Amino acid sequence: MDKYISVPLSDEDARSLRAGDYVYLTGTIYTARDAAHKRMQETLEAGGKLPVDMKNNVIYYMGPSPAREGCPIGSAGPTTASRMDKYAPGLLDLGLKGMIGKGKRSQAVKDAVVRNGAVYFAAVGGAGALLSKAIVKSEVIAYDDLGTEAIRRLEVENFPVIVVNDCQGNDLYETAIRAYNREG
Amino acid sequence: MPDGNGGERKIFRNMRTIEVSEITKNIKEMCIEANHFLSEDMEKVLDRAAEQEESPLGRQILEQLQENRKIAGEDMIPICQDTGMVVIFLEAGQEVHFVGGDLEAAVNEGVLQGYQEGFLRKSVVKDPIQRENTGDNTPAVLHCRIVPGDKVKITVAPKGFGSENMSRVFMLKPADGIEGVKNAILTAVKDAGPNACPPMVVGVGIGGTFEKCALMAKHALTRPVDRRSETPYVREMEEELLAKINASGIGPGGLGGSVTALAVNIETYPTHIAGLPVAVNICCHVNRHSTREL
Ligand code: SF4
Repeated sequence: MDKYISVPLSDEDARSLRAGDYVYLTGTIYTARDAAHKRMQETLEAGGKLPVDMKNNVIYYMGPSPAREGCPIGSAGPTTASRMDKYAPGLLDLGLKGMIGKGKRSQAVKDAVVRNGAVYFAAVGGAGALLSKAIVKSEVIAYDDLGTEAIRRLEVENFPVIVVNDCQGNDLYETAIRAYNREG
Repeated sequence: MPDGNGGERKIFRNMRTIEVSEITKNIKEMCIEANHFLSEDMEKVLDRAAEQEESPLGRQILEQLQENRKIAGEDMIPICQDTGMVVIFLEAGQEVHFVGGDLEAAVNEGVLQGYQEGFLRKSVVKDPIQRENTGDNTPAVLHCRIVPGDKVKITVAPKGFGSENMSRVFMLKPADGIEGVKNAILTAVKDAGPNACPPMVVGVGIGGTFEKCALMAKHALTRPVDRRSETPYVREMEEELLAKINASGIGPGGLGGSVTALAVNIETYPTHIAGLPVAVNICCHVNRHSTREL
């Protein structure tokens, strides 16, 4: 089912989403990938404050290519989410409502999604040029020294994603593959 | 001319000379080209896949990928933001004399210029443990071969790591035979699933040694996806494995469907009486490579 949802993601919207929904996101999201997650984790362990309040926010696992003049961003598709599995449950428990990436999540992440009424979306991997067109503004807000891995605030308009893991514990990667499996 | 070891060093004047700056210039252009345009054979199989895919969501994804490639070429935005670590196969004719500098430095200079001027992502860290970005996407991984003739053939293949991370080497036993090889390949592909951005291209190396099979698997990814092996049993294996992979149901984006792989390309090499090495190098649908002959 096609849904148009605004971000940050309200508790009600997050809970209403189901694995398989095709969703267009509009509003503000943040990017973070491997190095930024590692640094956020270290900040939390040291008792510090995160550069982004997790509450009801959505993190996009993405490191863009450089923007050409006149464009807000370069190519901007998802990276493999499982590399962030180590950090995601802690951030979900701090109020993170949504994650956008590609690929399967660990059971611990899926459990944290259910526990917190959150959602994991997949964006189409390898469609970075197309996805960049749904990003209207991009600004580095933390960890500038990490280059492409810095934390960016993105303004998105109808950014297309698919719900993979929902708050009921459904997993589209498992169910959809079974539907087309012909191994007999 | 004395060679310092008491012998005579002969100078051959009929060698073809190539300035290494030519290599730099070509590699720069090829880095930019490969990241914005797929080869014709890749375009063809991807277009066909969009027609043949059974799942509606799968078709929608494949159509988005068509649209994505169109935007990439028209607006010069890289097809994928992971513009890869650059793998280069350089075959130098033995009649060629490179002049004007260090060949490997010239190759890396080409990568640096291509990634800077082409607005490509810098994804290389200087040390695998300390992980500081080199800032210019160098160094490349360079594989050189000396071949007969006076030409230089260069293939530039930027490799994304979503799929690279799902690649495997299996040191099988001779008794595992062809069934063992097929199982190893299917295991690697299924484990890769959605992480490798399917539909994938599967490069396989069978035989040789530990490193030789991995190199063949990488090289196999640069063979056109619509060209099968000339060895009959290998060709059969390529076709059978492709059908089996597509029966897995993984589909485009790993979200279910009938097109999981576009091709299985296998290379083989003689091996030791005690071994059966198999390497599976998985590539996503953004299987980039650009080749030129100088
Ligand atoms: S696996 Fe390929 S398509 Fe997917 S993000 Fe990496 S380079 Fe891009």
